[in-house]
Amino acid sequence: MLRNFWQFITDTLRLITRGNRYYYAWIGFLLLLIAIGTGAYIGQVNDGLIVTRMRDQVSWGFYIGNFTFLVGVAAAAIMLVIPAYVYDWEPIKEITILGEMLAISALIMCLGFVMVDIGRPDRFWHIIPLVGRLNWPQSMLAWDVIVLNLYLLLNWFVVTYLLFCAYTDRHYVKKLVLPLVLLSIPMAVSIHTVTAYLYNGLAARPFWNSAILAPRFLASAFCSGPAILLILLQVLRKTTKLSIKDEAIFKIAELMAYTMGFNLFLTAAEAFKELYSGTEHMVYFQYLLFGLKGHTTLVPFAWASILCGLAAFILFLVPRFRTNWTLLNLGCVLIYASVYIEKGMGLIIPGLTPDALGEIYVYRPSYTEVAVAAGIFAIGFLVFTLMLKAAVPMMLGEFTLTRGRKRLDAPEAGPV
Amino acid sequence: MTAREPIQPAEGCASSTPGGGSRREFLGTAVAAVATTLTGCGKLSHEEFLQHNFRELSKDEVRDVIARLEREYKEKYGREVKVANTAPLPGVIFGYALDLSRCIGCRRCVHACVKENNQSRSPEVQWIRVLELEKEEGVNLQHADQYYDPAEVPREGHFYMPVQCQQCKKPPCVKVCPVGATWREKDGITVVDYNWCIGCRYCMAACPYGARHFNWGEPNLPPDQVNPDTHYLGNRPRPKGVVEKCTFCIQRTRKGLYPACVEICPTGSRKFGNLLDKTSEIRYILENKRVFKLKEELNTQPNFFYFYGV
Repeated sequence: MLRNFWQFITDTLRLITRGNRYYYAWIGFLLLLIAIGTGAYIGQVNDGLIVTRMRDQVSWGFYIGNFTFLVGVAAAAIMLVIPAYVYDWEPIKEITILGEMLAISALIMCLGFVMVDIGRPDRFWHIIPLVGRLNWPQSMLAWDVIVLNLYLLLNWFVVTYLLFCAYTDRHYVKKLVLPLVLLSIPMAVSIHTVTAYLYNGLAARPFWNSAILAPRFLASAFCSGPAILLILLQVLRKTTKLSIKDEAIFKIAELMAYTMGFNLFLTAAEAFKELYSGTEHMVYFQYLLFGLKGHTTLVPFAWASILCGLAAFILFLVPRFRTNWTLLNLGCVLIYASVYIEKGMGLIIPGLTPDALGEIYVYRPSYTEVAVAAGIFAIGFLVFTLMLKAAVPMMLGEFTLTRGRKRLDAPEAGPV
Repeated sequence: MTAREPIQPAEGCASSTPGGGSRREFLGTAVAAVATTLTGCGKLSHEEFLQHNFRELSKDEVRDVIARLEREYKEKYGREVKVANTAPLPGVIFGYALDLSRCIGCRRCVHACVKENNQSRSPEVQWIRVLELEKEEGVNLQHADQYYDPAEVPREGHFYMPVQCQQCKKPPCVKVCPVGATWREKDGITVVDYNWCIGCRYCMAACPYGARHFNWGEPNLPPDQVNPDTHYLGNRPRPKGVVEKCTFCIQRTRKGLYPACVEICPTGSRKFGNLLDKTSEIRYILENKRVFKLKEELNTQPNFFYFYGV
């Protein structure tokens, strides 16, 4: 067993180093982005966070915005798990593992964004439970550290276990997997809820201090996360022998229509409360939607996000549109753009602008922030690519303990 | 001057931390090298890397840490810098009152504070922000301007409101810190352990008064401008990447002196004293003047009071 596992590891490593030209080109491109990001990050560590455009007034920016968005992507993996396991709906079951791998990649990116955002990365160990001094249960950030890492561990274990079973040609033990997969549902909800509470609990920031922030987080995540998966599933269908049924994709699209409707409704509810009651808390929405005292940086982004969201909702709502591949993919891109802008620009920055003393500091990410972020996204894509590269032949039963070696020694190896 | 004693650990924190030094040391040493390489902090010493939260250090460890810091400061600034560790005075909770009817917005307090507390000069970190407000609007922060620059203050139709750390009884910044790098001392002063802060800036998002400031770059403190009379939890020179804040001049007030801003104020707008002392000026003000707290509705319960003296 242990020897088999060792074999599994080494074979996996061999598998990911082999591929065709396109595979190498893609990996090379990602490595280049990672190199650029690393260079920018080294500069940031040497000079301090002053190379970002964050300042005391807007103390969180692009990094934390991306972090928030990606927690949503990670949480959205359960959009596949719920129908697959709770309703025992077969067409999706085989692709659940893809959702879990997406969650792992997203979580690695999340942790990366937190790491590059802290001023003293050399002191990261202070936040490790038992080794450092975690301010738990008081600090929501401490909660976040715990739930994110547990969720990462859980997904990593399930994925590894399922693949190892496929590799050794055995059926997985359902009694072990099912409870873990079911556990991942509340865990996924909890990671995004805790991340929402991170902002939600701050009375100093009225824009975040709203009871529907966590539901809004979940609703937006449950439409943006699957949007990535829908495109990915189509790519995999074309490039590998993985069979993913149309109806699985359309079912996910249908679920997305509901969550998007809910997302838009919650956003409207929030906007109504602020704008109609017109208290002084309105200034944050004003800054976001209409500009404040002549500062209109966020306005085009805010409206682009809203319009993309509405357009995508219509595309997903009408069955005739969502079963048309072009429109479906367009809808995916639109929803992705909408939520990415909303979580990045539309949540963090207006939450901090105007600042606690009423000052408007106009924040835009600097080159360093963009380069570092690109590097982290590249790391996430790299992790995901490598996992897929090893997982697909195993899932197809093409690559097992007995058949693996032969394939690796064959000249034309690797499916991607 | 009060004898140097280690800061008393706050209730239930020293004992609640699991694990002893040995495991920490082991794990710490293991990652120290990695962290040093990763972060490009060539100067990061093992002792500094492994130093634990200030409240968990023994008397001996505190002595070592302070000796190390004094040595480092001497190397860096070429002069003796004393790092005190004066404990809170028993029976003292500090309170601050600011007379809005007297403040003229001259900002002498801002600059005295920068000098006294060894803030970075470029970019200059200011713990006190003086807001210029319109009399017609009252205390409405959306109409506040902290970059006013008239030929003469006070300006017609305006009044001035200095804002600094309000030393809350229920500080949101302390609640949110993920590593316990900031806490409220027994005399009501909220402090930061600059050697434990990871620079996540969650406290800055949580503070309703904009009182916390981050060292975005390496603090620029010219050696000839260093105030050598420092406190571990107060005005000792800070590293980059950590948060800092007003500590009511802990290095002065625990020796019975006024904070630098109180001392410099030309109009006597700033009042400071012991809230537990019934005969103190601060108690007189609270009992006899029209007092209000900034953002009272957030229930942070500041020990910083604004009042109208006339």
